[in-house]
Amino acid sequence: MSIWDYANPKRFIATTTPALPWLFALAGGCLAVGLVWGFFLTPEAERFGSSVKIIYLHVPSAMMAINAWAMMLVASLIWLVRRHHVSALAARAAAPVGLTMTLIAIVTGAIWGQPMWGTWWAWDPRLTSFLILGLFYLGYIALWEAIADPDAAADLTSILCLVGSVFALLSRYAVNFWNQGLHQGASLSLDAEENVSDVYWLPLVVCIAGFALLFLALVLMRTGTEIRARRLRALTLRSQRLEA
Amino acid sequence: MLRDLRLTVRAGGGFGLGLAFFLIVVVLVPFAVGPEPATLARIAPGVLWVGALLATLLSLDRLFALDLEDGALPLIATAPLPLEAVALAKAAAHWLTTGLPLTLAAAPLGVLLSLDPAAMPWLVLSLALGTPALSVIGAFGAAVTTGLRRGGLLLSLLVLPLYVPTLVFGAEAARRGAEGLAVSTPLLMLAGITLGAVALLPFAAGAALRVNLR
Repeated sequence: MSIWDYANPKRFIATTTPALPWLFALAGGCLAVGLVWGFFLTPEAERFGSSVKIIYLHVPSAMMAINAWAMMLVASLIWLVRRHHVSALAARAAAPVGLTMTLIAIVTGAIWGQPMWGTWWAWDPRLTSFLILGLFYLGYIALWEAIADPDAAADLTSILCLVGSVFALLSRYAVNFWNQGLHQGASLSLDAEENVSDVYWLPLVVCIAGFALLFLALVLMRTGTEIRARRLRALTLRSQRLEA
Repeated sequence: MLRDLRLTVRAGGGFGLGLAFFLIVVVLVPFAVGPEPATLARIAPGVLWVGALLATLLSLDRLFALDLEDGALPLIATAPLPLEAVALAKAAAHWLTTGLPLTLAAAPLGVLLSLDPAAMPWLVLSLALGTPALSVIGAFGAAVTTGLRRGGLLLSLLVLPLYVPTLVFGAEAARRGAEGLAVSTPLLMLAGITLGAVALLPFAAGAALRVNLR
């Protein structure tokens, strides 16, 4: 049983549909535990006050925003190389979720930045690259919507995703060069000497797991929807041809 | 490529249009921010770069779309030349008709914005290094949106985020030149982006064209 078996849309739907409620329940559970733990049961950090608690939304959504693009990149590559329709549809399904995660990260960041830095927005490298990532998501989604032929749309968006990934990385380092930032560096790395203390770290990890599961569940559900929409389109076309 | 050059220059292909657009953008800026030379000189490199970028964008949407409409593109595709080379030739023609004139026009327009004369060579050099990347990236975007009606707006949405690194390094080089700082790092990065884009993006553009011709 290899992963390629799921390239069969029927098998994909048959496997994911029963798993979806469990995934959503698990994601909801993780989020409920992580958020309640983070919001109500952790001490307030010195110098930060209670505003630090938005970290439980900010960090996981930011991580998922980047990982969603990475997942779209892999799915696009699979589509270009092996031409499995489910893969192209999964990339399509992930884009709006990724865009939403990007927006959540930017908005929670602004809400956090206002009391901490005294400003809603700064042209900081991390903030700027997230804005650019959001623009890439917009362009990708717009291209999917603009092309009528599904296979051509999948091809062109996949090519755009590959090129966009290179340029998104390039922009990330270009803006680093352009402006020094207010945003703190990485503080969750496994190999760093100074990290966030365990009190905050543990609920944060639960929240990240919750967001990841939520992303997975949403993408699987949306991919299933796309597959069904595709099938509906094929059936409609066939019945129209029969009538004519 | 020669055919493209001839078409653009002769048949109202918008040869002067980009240039005129560039001129108007630069002229409008002092009306918006006020005529103080100090303010203008400070923002001049950025304004010239953004103006050049928008002027490049202006003529992109007809790069492949016109050839597809009159049926020339399928014929070109059956020629022994690979589509990747076609995309590269189109981008080169586009650069010769927009990027190069823009670069040359930037110096006199810099005077309008009271740009420091010492910064002028750096501005022109950064534009000369950066505009080929703008043309090649634009050719890729044009190839992706060729088959679409109303592709022009989508083209800008796709291409503008891709322009970010070029713009950052180009404007940074011009700005540093204006302030008398060391300019080699951004210029090298800019040249690197241009070379990388020229080397790799024609393949992406060729693949996109092939999909659109299917």
